[in-house]
Amino acid sequence: MTSGPVLTALLIGGIAAITSGIIGVFSVLRSQSFAGHSLADIATTGGAAAFLIGVNQFWGFLVAGMAAAGTMEAIGVQRRRGRDIATGVVLGGALGVAALLLYLGTLRTSTTGASFSILFGSIFVVSPDTVPAVVGGGVVALLAVAVLGRRLLLASISPDLARARGVNLRLTGVVFLMALAVTVSLSAVAIGAVLSTALLVGPAATALRLTRSPGKAMAVSAAVGLAATWAGIWLAYESYYWPPRAHGWPVSFFVVALVLLGYLLSYARPARRPVPRSPHEEEVPQCSPA
Amino acid sequence: MFSSLIFSGFMANTWIAASIVAVIAGVTGFFAVLRGETFAAHAIPNGAFAGAAGATLLGVNVIWGLVVFAVVGALGIGAAGSRARHDVVTALALVVMLGLGALFVSVSTEYAQQAYALLFGQVLGVSSVEVAPIAGLGIATLAAIGLAFRRLMLTSAMPEVAEARGVSVRGMEVYFLVVMALATSMTVPVVGALLMFSLMIGPAAAARSVTARPGVALALSVAIALAIVWLSIALSYRTNWPLGFFVGVGGALFYLLGLAARTLGSGPRAAAA
Repeated sequence: MTSGPVLTALLIGGIAAITSGIIGVFSVLRSQSFAGHSLADIATTGGAAAFLIGVNQFWGFLVAGMAAAGTMEAIGVQRRRGRDIATGVVLGGALGVAALLLYLGTLRTSTTGASFSILFGSIFVVSPDTVPAVVGGGVVALLAVAVLGRRLLLASISPDLARARGVNLRLTGVVFLMALAVTVSLSAVAIGAVLSTALLVGPAATALRLTRSPGKAMAVSAAVGLAATWAGIWLAYESYYWPPRAHGWPVSFFVVALVLLGYLLSYARPARRPVPRSPHEEEVPQCSPA
Repeated sequence: MFSSLIFSGFMANTWIAASIVAVIAGVTGFFAVLRGETFAAHAIPNGAFAGAAGATLLGVNVIWGLVVFAVVGALGIGAAGSRARHDVVTALALVVMLGLGALFVSVSTEYAQQAYALLFGQVLGVSSVEVAPIAGLGIATLAAIGLAFRRLMLTSAMPEVAEARGVSVRGMEVYFLVVMALATSMTVPVVGALLMFSLMIGPAAAARSVTARPGVALALSVAIALAIVWLSIALSYRTNWPLGFFVGVGGALFYLLGLAARTLGSGPRAAAA
């Protein structure tokens, strides 16, 4: 349990879990789970491109995620339903490109293994060189959210009030999406692109069921994410001794299962007040396109 | 030589199957976009893909894995949707299915090749045996949507009025999600999970950005889906690049064209989704 790859896994997994936990609270409050998931899926396009040109996958995840966040915001109408459609269209296009890049990658190396490590992640083979980039990414994402601070919170909970106070909703939205793109790149490295949504949404949704204070929610969310990730890595390490063969079960599976368990447990404790539906749920025109 | 080969017997099944899939996607996608179920339209086919991995592991026909995962996922999203945040439940349903998929894939090592096909599609290798079930499914989907057409439109556009008239909004939502689940799970082995999603959202979003009239938008959505599929097959055949690439990029391009048309003022502003 103290070998190099495992320590690297614990470190990268921990950073990804804490960043995702904190940013996730905002993405759940803003009803942007779909955007978060799409950015992660789109990151696979970047991962495939990085694989093709032979650079570290993390940079591919990052560049593709940032580009997609910008595009979504550029064509996205601000209301939730329009935003989901814009997200869906960008996602559809990017997945097409991913199909092409993975196909070209398969031609070159005649293996499909790469698609799987990009999609589902393999935290035990992450190179230690990635650690500084991951630490930097986590710091940048958290700094961006810290700088936005109360403005982002207000814009997430009550866009109308935020606009009345002079908050630039569009700019806040873009910066947040960029931070989200960086965050999902981190967790895409840790537990795979398609499952990074689990770390982003699960702990945050659990925390928001347990507490009404945004600050506490961020702390609980980060703690739940961290616990699920570290326990998942430990279970995956142990599972080398489990049936059906000495092969090991994937970390991603354990992390997802633990995150789901946490969310279901939060239902055992009755919420003091019903979870508020976000203002985007009703078709309140929160911000007309500029 | 190109024109003779592309319409040969080997390719005929591909044209027929893909055209049926385009019609299914155009119709279900129209309602998915109208009802704001874009995320569910993404989550259900992708989650179903994990069911195929499970079926391979158990040694049963993949179609059973796809159907079971898709329908259970749809029921989960529909049932939990009213009690919690809709997008959170959809996201969790998706990652749980994919998490199981990751486990199945890691346990059965020979699955990787097939998984690539299920994700990105193998439409150029459709056999005539596969065409009949797809045709049957296409008719069933259109019938299921046709039967509930007015109620689906009403609950999508005016939920309050629908409730007042005694139409259950929740009931229609679960009904639609299950129809979408059955439709997509049967088409995933042919066109791939990712492509099915692109084909549902791109054409429907493009159609809705050009016109606000539901009937016209529905017809346009089907027409654009057919156009994208036909062009994509021809280009894919020519270049040998994956079909999913042309379909995904084609959907996004049509949407941008629709946006450009609206911005130039030729479409009604009310169509803004």
